[in-house]
Amino acid sequence: MRSPLSPEMATQEVPLNETLAHLKTESETLKLKLEEERAKLHDVELHQVAEKVEGLGQFVMKTRRTLKGHGNKVLCMDWCKDKRRIVSSSQDGKVIVWDAFTTNKEHAVTMPCTWVMACAYAPSGCAVACGGLDNKCSVYPLSLDKNENLAAKKKSVAMHTNYLSACSFTNSDMQILTSSGDGTCALWDVESGQLLQSFHGHAADVLCLDLAPSETGNTFVSGGCDKKANVWDMRSGQCIQSFETHESDINSVRYYPSGDAFASGSDDATCRLYDLRADREVAIYSKESIIFGVSSVDFSLSGRLLFGGYNDYTINVWDVLKGTRVSILFGHENRVSTLRVSPDGTAFCTGSWDHTLRVWILMC
Amino acid sequence: MTIRTVRPDRGQHFHPRMHCLKKLEATVVEMQDPKTGVKGSEQKLNVTTIPHVIAGNDIIAWITNKMKVTQEEAGVFGTMLVAYGYVYPLQNHKKLVMCNDGSLYRFQTPYFWPKQNWFAEDSDYAIYLTKRNIRKKGMLEAYEQAHYNHLNEWLNHQWDFIVMQATEQYKAGKDRQKPDRVVLDCQERAYWIVNRPPRRTHSALDSSPERLINPKAEQKITFDQYRRMNIFYQQAIMRSKVKSSVSLGALVKFITTYKNHDPFLAPCLPSNPWQTDHDAYWTLNMRRVEVPTKMRVERWSFSLFELLTDLRGRDDFKIFLKKEFSGENLAFWEAAEELKWGASSSMSAKAETIFKTFLAPGAPRWINIDGRTMGLTVKGLDHPHRYVLEAAQTHVFMLMKKDTFFRYLKSPTYKDIQKKALNPEAHNFSPAQLEQNAQNRNPGIDPIILWQQDEEEKAKAAAASAPVDVKAMMSKIDRKK
Repeated sequence: MRSPLSPEMATQEVPLNETLAHLKTESETLKLKLEEERAKLHDVELHQVAEKVEGLGQFVMKTRRTLKGHGNKVLCMDWCKDKRRIVSSSQDGKVIVWDAFTTNKEHAVTMPCTWVMACAYAPSGCAVACGGLDNKCSVYPLSLDKNENLAAKKKSVAMHTNYLSACSFTNSDMQILTSSGDGTCALWDVESGQLLQSFHGHAADVLCLDLAPSETGNTFVSGGCDKKANVWDMRSGQCIQSFETHESDINSVRYYPSGDAFASGSDDATCRLYDLRADREVAIYSKESIIFGVSSVDFSLSGRLLFGGYNDYTINVWDVLKGTRVSILFGHENRVSTLRVSPDGTAFCTGSWDHTLRVWILMC
Repeated sequence: MTIRTVRPDRGQHFHPRMHCLKKLEATVVEMQDPKTGVKGSEQKLNVTTIPHVIAGNDIIAWITNKMKVTQEEAGVFGTMLVAYGYVYPLQNHKKLVMCNDGSLYRFQTPYFWPKQNWFAEDSDYAIYLTKRNIRKKGMLEAYEQAHYNHLNEWLNHQWDFIVMQATEQYKAGKDRQKPDRVVLDCQERAYWIVNRPPRRTHSALDSSPERLINPKAEQKITFDQYRRMNIFYQQAIMRSKVKSSVSLGALVKFITTYKNHDPFLAPCLPSNPWQTDHDAYWTLNMRRVEVPTKMRVERWSFSLFELLTDLRGRDDFKIFLKKEFSGENLAFWEAAEELKWGASSSMSAKAETIFKTFLAPGAPRWINIDGRTMGLTVKGLDHPHRYVLEAAQTHVFMLMKKDTFFRYLKSPTYKDIQKKALNPEAHNFSPAQLEQNAQNRNPGIDPIILWQQDEEEKAKAAAASAPVDVKAMMSKIDRKK
């Protein structure tokens, strides 16, 4: 940040550089102090606390639905609150709303851009939002009339200066939270398209976000290519907590069902759990044999299981408490790009670059 | 559909990071170790003999042994080696998978390995296709021809250079020995299958759009950024933290509480719709059932948040509050939620309604909050914004959470619904019945219709109840706009 040159400034040039170095040292000292403070309260490891907890048995999980209809890589999907409908988006610009239970396609929209990397279902079930390389997030109200052209009622809501990587409605249809390749996240009023709050702090593309399921509902977490996961206050736009322990891009973040922790999945092939109240990373879910990046993560309803979709076409299921892998699922023929557990936890859906979506459950 | 074929420069130029490359390379080098690596042999292909050919099952066996994994996992790893282009198949060259049988593969030359900072440019691809065209016209496959035509169009300004390069490479190739030429052709073809995959080929280098900011660039942190970072660190140091034993204990407690409600840990009754194709589980748990299930009612007792999030639970809570004549706290909380999450344009109207109904002296549903909060809130309402009621809402929520909620759980209202609640028996379908279910899956009700019904119910409740159902009025204001 250079101030305009003036005669006084010229003589102040040297002190300015000193101050920068001074700030850098101060920054490093403070960072160490923060680590110290965090360590002081670290009196037990997660797996120690988990010793008293019963182990999990064998899991048999199978695909119960395979949704075919996309002509290209499936990039994103989201569940409707009715627990059976989903919206999915793909590389060729198509956004499809399915009733996954019957496998019927209910609505289809063709976006005027390719790589629709983000899509979300509105809480009311009456609209979907999507965006990607068009740098925008648009909302399409759905209709009972199957012949109606949904693109006619499309509403452009968010405008970023680079690609849209993720979007999510808040507790109502009236606001959308977005993250973008331009390094920022933003909160928008759907009706007017007005920017309500922007969130700056990531040093590189932001790839994912998730809203906190808490009673206050005022925070969200985002993950980016700068290897950081940041927790933000929606009211002030401030970053309130930040975690930088991953070794590569963070592709996915998801809150623990209680809202007191969150998991992240990264290109460094690990998933990690961060405890928000203790302000630290508390678990790493990894194996020597797993070297390919995690594209998306989600918890089962109780938070005991963490599902991860990987770039080696598999899904690994982790015991959140004990840190062990309880199951590995095969089936997709290309990388798993998106994974979400249904709202009532009865199933999880994966979308893949093999053009299909699969719904998986525990077989009883 | 207007998909742009000419690539606009959006400023994104950086390949997504591939963190796995280092480990992959290390493994591939080990696999080629003459003593401990995978055993290769010679294979005859037409009239040429190809050296160092390896079989799929040998590779998978080596991986299984080395990485101590199951055969299936080894198969996955093997497929990734092929998908990244470290190993290429000799037969069926467009299918980038590792088959656990006698299928033949070769190691790719390191020159063609994937690299983070250097990727296959369109101009390189154009040179490759042109070279093959020079060698023999009509040799390009349909998808390659399509690529060629496209490249010819938008790289037209470079075309002389491309033809020159292609001719040079073709001439250099002619000077080589036939076996070397065959091998190089194979390697080059494999490289381009991975970097420009045909339609049904799944390649690991077929990547997502480029990133905007260079992940490897040294971050030049400015004066201002350092200042901000330092403030952030200072605040983070000051913020109260909880001991690990306490917060981790809470995580474990949550899991234990919800264990029986997690369909991946305990069976859901009567059955998981996805398993039996019977949607009774969903019908029994709809928004407006007369009698909820026992599991659902149990879940309401876990926290006030659960009770309020499940609208059926919220209804039951309202019945209790009505009996206690203390419904105004919840009504205020609902109105504050509507304000917070509502459309910007409706905010002033809502704020005014809330003031008149809950906060003004002598208001019909006056809420009892401490003087300071009341003062701040009323003042804030002069210039309403969506978080103006935050303090008051938190106060009211805490009141409900610490007092009203526990009284509800002990109340006859709750005990009554607990008794009435359904405990559905587990389904026991025969294979024939399951077949039937699969054929007759219930399409359910469209969420749009459910939402419309919901709005009608709210309107009815608003008309019928006194005092005014503030929540319904608020959402009506929203919808009108």
